[in-house]
Amino acid sequence: MSVTKKAVEKKATRAAFGDEIVRLGESNKDIYVVDIDIGKSCKTDKFIEKFPMQHINVGIAEQNGAGIAAGLATTGKIPFISTYAVFGSLRMAEQIRQEVCYPNLNVKIACSHGGLTPGNDGGSHQAIEDMGVMRSFPNMTVIMGADYHSTRKLIAEAAAMYGPVYLRFTRDAVPMIYDENETFEIGKAKQLRDGADIAIIANGDTVRLAIEAAEQLEQNGVSVKLLDMHTIKPLDVDAVKDCLDIGRIITVEDHNILNGLGSAVAEVIAEAGKGQLARIGVQDRFGESAPYEKLLEINGITVENIIAKANKLLTN
Amino acid sequence: MFSTPLVIQVYKYMSLQEDHLGTGVWHMQQTSVEQLKQHAIELRKTAVTMVYEAQSGHPGGSLSAADVISALYFREMNVDPANPKWEDRDRFVLSKGHVAPIQYAALALRGFVSNESVYTLRQYGSPFQGHPDMKKCPGIDISTGSLGQGLSCAVGMAIAGQRDEKDYRVFAMVGDGECQEGQIWEAIQAAVKYKLDNLIVFVDNNRLQIDGFCEDVMPLLDLEKKFDAFGFDTTRIDGHSMEQIVETLDTFAKQKNGKPKCIVCDTVKGKGVSYMEDQAAWHGTAPNKEEFELAIKELEGGLPV
Repeated sequence: MSVTKKAVEKKATRAAFGDEIVRLGESNKDIYVVDIDIGKSCKTDKFIEKFPMQHINVGIAEQNGAGIAAGLATTGKIPFISTYAVFGSLRMAEQIRQEVCYPNLNVKIACSHGGLTPGNDGGSHQAIEDMGVMRSFPNMTVIMGADYHSTRKLIAEAAAMYGPVYLRFTRDAVPMIYDENETFEIGKAKQLRDGADIAIIANGDTVRLAIEAAEQLEQNGVSVKLLDMHTIKPLDVDAVKDCLDIGRIITVEDHNILNGLGSAVAEVIAEAGKGQLARIGVQDRFGESAPYEKLLEINGITVENIIAKANKLLTN
Repeated sequence: MFSTPLVIQVYKYMSLQEDHLGTGVWHMQQTSVEQLKQHAIELRKTAVTMVYEAQSGHPGGSLSAADVISALYFREMNVDPANPKWEDRDRFVLSKGHVAPIQYAALALRGFVSNESVYTLRQYGSPFQGHPDMKKCPGIDISTGSLGQGLSCAVGMAIAGQRDEKDYRVFAMVGDGECQEGQIWEAIQAAVKYKLDNLIVFVDNNRLQIDGFCEDVMPLLDLEKKFDAFGFDTTRIDGHSMEQIVETLDTFAKQKNGKPKCIVCDTVKGKGVSYMEDQAAWHGTAPNKEEFELAIKELEGGLPV
C-alpha cells in the first residue's frame, strides 16, 4: 500500500459520507437517507438537494428514525440513518437491536461526531462507548475509517453488502492517509507497515498517530508492524494472530478502552494464550469541553504514549 | 357514526382455495359478516389452544384483538399465502407483538402455515416464536415484541409504498398500554408529516396492561382525541362488532385524503372467555386443563354480542 507522503491535507471523515452517499444515491434509487434533524452537520445536504424522494427527515426522534429505516428496509430500500455517534449508538440502541439486528435488516447507521472529536461540545456529545455497544449486537458490522478516502471506500462496501452496518466518522478534519485508488475490504485489516519488534493496531482517527509513532520508532531502530483495523466487527482475527509471533501488541483507539478495538484484540490474544498487549484509548471516563487534541492528550492517546508503551513492552 | 345498526351481508374476499392451487390468479369471493364472526371464534380457539399447549403466552390481548384480525385477514388485506413476500401485498404490523398467537392463528386459517404447526408455539425450533419473528415465520412483515417500536416500522413501509407509487396499504395494531411509549407519538408525527393515507392504525383499547388498568398505571386520556390532535383521521368503534369493523374498513379507512387513519377499538381483554374478561392477570398466563376446556366450551358457544 502507498501512504501519501504529503500528509498535510486534512478532511473530516463525515465529509466522506456526504460525498459518497451522493455517488451511491445516483447509481441506486433504493439508497435512502434518514436524517434526524442534523443533516447539515452530518453532511447530507447535497444528497437532500439531489434526491429529495430518497430522503426522510424524522426530526429529533432517533428511535422513530431507526424504526422507519427498518420498515423501509423490509421493502428493499437501503436506508442510511444519519446522526451523531452518541445518539446513533445509544438513543436508538434498542431499536437497532430489535428492529434492525434481530430481523437482520439492511440498514446502515452512519454517524458523525465519533469518539472525542466533538471536543468543545463536551462529554454529553462525545461518543466513547458506541462501537462497543454496536459490537455486542449479533449481525452488526462495525467500522471506522482512518481518513477521507478509506471512509468513502468503506461506505461503498457497506452499501454493497447485505446487513446492518455501523459506520463512525470524525467531526474534525484528520490527515489524508491513503490515495483515492486504495481499496478496502470490510473485515480485512490494512497493513501499513511490516515489522518484527512491535505490532501497532489502530483504527479511525488514531491511525495517523500510529503512523507517526511507527516512523519515530523506526528511526530509533524499532521495527514496527502497523495495521489499520477499520473493521472491529467482524474482526480480522487472522491479522491479529499474525501479530502473535511478534508478541508485543499495542492497540490505539479514540474510544473507551472497554469493549472497543483494544478489547476485541485482547479477546484474540487471551484465547491464543500468548503475547503481551497494551491498550491506548479513553480511560473509562467521560470527557469534557476541550479541544479534541487536548482530550486525546489527557487520555494518553498520543504519539508519545504509543512510543512509551512500545519501549515498555520491549524492555519487559 | 354507528347509531344505526348496519346490516352487511357480503364482502369481497380473496379465495384461499385458489392460493393453494398456486395459479397466481385471484378470485373474488363473498364473505359475510357472519363468516368473519365464525372465523374470529376459530382464531380465538386456536390462540387459546396454542397458549394452553405451550403453557406460556398471552391470551388476554389475543382475545381482544381477534375480531379486527379476522376482518383484516379474511376480508380486507390483499395478501397471497403462496407468496408471502409478494412486494405489492398489504402489510400488517403487530406492534403489540406479545399477542402473536392470534396472528399465528390467522396465518394458519388463511393458509400461510399449516393448522397443526402453530401448536409448536414457543418451542425450540418453532417458527412461532413467543413474539413475531419475520425471519422464521412466513407472513410476518416485521419482527416485533419490544413495545412502541412496530408503528415506526409501519410508517417506514408506508413511506416506501407512497414513494414507489404502490397501491398497498399498511395496517398496524398497537395496544392502548403501548401508547405509553413515547416512540409511538414520534411515529404518529411522522405519519402525519408524510401524509400517509396508506397507513391504518388500530388501537386495541382493552384498558388493561400487566400491572392493572392503564388508567391506574399511567392514564392515556382520550386516545381518539390525542390521535386527532396529532393530525390523524380518527374514529372510535366497538372492536368486537364485526359490523362496525367492516363498515369502518369499507368507508373511513379507504379515504385517500392525505391523512393517516386511526381506529380506536374499544375492546375487552380476554373477550369470549368469561373468567379472562377484564382480568389483567390473564395478560400473560396460560390456562390449566380445566380452564382450557371451559374456555373452548365457551368459545364454541359463540360470542354474545
